[in-house]
Amino acid sequence: MKSMGATQEEYYRGVRMAPYDLLKELVFALAGVGVLAVLISLVLSSPDVAPVTIATWAQQDPVDLVTTATGELAGSTTSAGYGPPYNSASEGQSWGPIAPQKWFGARIPIDSANSFVMQPLQRASFSNTDLGAALSAWQGASADQQSKWLDAYTKALADATVTDGKVVVATGEYGPLPLMMSNLLGVAQAGGLDGLLVINGRFYQTDYTQPLVFMGDGEYLAGLADEAHLTGSLWGMMNETGSYPGQTWLWLYTMWYQVFPFNSDTGFIGLNADNADLGIIILMTLLTAALALVPFIPILRDIPRWIPIHRLIWRQYYAPRKVAART
Amino acid sequence: MSATSSLGGTTPEKPNSWTLRLRQAIDRHLPMDHLLPDRQPYYVGSWVYVFGVVTIAALVWVVVSGVVLSFMGPQWWHDSHLGKFFNSLHFWSVQLFFIFMVLHLWGQYFMAGWRQGRAATWLIGVVTFGISILTAFTGYLSQQNFDAQFIAINAKDAMNSAGVGAFFNVLNFGQMYGLHVMLLPIGVTILVAVHIVLVRVRGVVKPIDSEGGSRS
Repeated sequence: MKSMGATQEEYYRGVRMAPYDLLKELVFALAGVGVLAVLISLVLSSPDVAPVTIATWAQQDPVDLVTTATGELAGSTTSAGYGPPYNSASEGQSWGPIAPQKWFGARIPIDSANSFVMQPLQRASFSNTDLGAALSAWQGASADQQSKWLDAYTKALADATVTDGKVVVATGEYGPLPLMMSNLLGVAQAGGLDGLLVINGRFYQTDYTQPLVFMGDGEYLAGLADEAHLTGSLWGMMNETGSYPGQTWLWLYTMWYQVFPFNSDTGFIGLNADNADLGIIILMTLLTAALALVPFIPILRDIPRWIPIHRLIWRQYYAPRKVAART
Repeated sequence: MSATSSLGGTTPEKPNSWTLRLRQAIDRHLPMDHLLPDRQPYYVGSWVYVFGVVTIAALVWVVVSGVVLSFMGPQWWHDSHLGKFFNSLHFWSVQLFFIFMVLHLWGQYFMAGWRQGRAATWLIGVVTFGISILTAFTGYLSQQNFDAQFIAINAKDAMNSAGVGAFFNVLNFGQMYGLHVMLLPIGVTILVAVHIVLVRVRGVVKPIDSEGGSRS
């Protein structure tokens, strides 16, 4: 095999060479791009909307927080029925035999009722005998009785009002739920639940899985995202708050959520809105592989020859031939 | 045949020196006049070739601003005017990096830049593009603001559906931040370096009809 040095010299044999200063080009590019980036940064700054805390959620929309917490106990929230990697309540998304969500199991275990409601309340009941008694009553009740209390309380919450930051519902048979939820709301409004959901038995922590899953179960954060035009119908997570460009390079990925079969209930060949995440991940993996393998895929690799954009790019190279053809 | 050592003199035939063999391989495959050329084919004067070098320039600014941000810690830029400036510089450098990289990619596509033994260069370029998207994604998740929360809550479903979420937890700030400031940038930088070396080893490709087609 010939060395690369010889190959490159052979490759360019007969080609007119021109002076070229690689280092100067790089330095000029660094300076130009740097000036451009600094100017844009000074003029436009960057987005930084403060994060939502569970405390602000509890203060701004206490009914939603209590409704969400009640749903956690009832097992009716998104996380309670999510499946892997959080629990085994469902198998998660699949397409025919392809079910990677199920394959890897519940590696990040979350028991929504215990994690988001019971455990925080048990910690809060340390010096609160009324709450301790309410928790004992709840845990001592049969599953059927708990279900009746939850049904009645959930229906009552639909017409709940807020007085002095507290959630008020019509009188009814709710068992210890109003007292439990009143305490949970109080802890949340004081900022305690933000801490209790990241507690891990060690001093330092950097994992916000639990509070984010809990907030994702509620409507408050989703409502703020909707007001900020971030939600899925408007191209989802490629958006950024304000008028800033977000992850625009995800346009193709997010586009698939807007089109058939991924936006359809009935779908096509088993792909529909219910397993859109998995279907789109598979599709994007195939498309990315196709892009990487373009040099080996007929038609895709031939398109540049058929569409004469290269004649614009190398117009200096092609120009003398036209002259030669005329003469 | 004998080989010349770096200190002059000669070494025996077929030297058992890994260092010498490595140096000889580099000399053979990547001589300095290819690595830092002062002459190029005249058709390299096209403006499309600029997209590659400005992509590298934007990456340098992304790394420089990112190093400052990571040195000062993930909360600094929320409370400091200087920190906000460096975050903005990081943000806009990333935007420019992607704009230039996409222009470079489309330019190379319509030039069929993979021809005549350059398929690996193209393939590594596409992989770099993919790893860059992942790096930016972990950056958006590491912002510690409302955008990060919203993106994490939404992105988890896609990751979980593919089974990836069991190992790559977008809700775990520590994991995302570690990947963003360390492993992924190193990956992008190494891939870009390999991509550039391959370009220099092979040289830029000739115009399309100079060898009749766009096949690899």
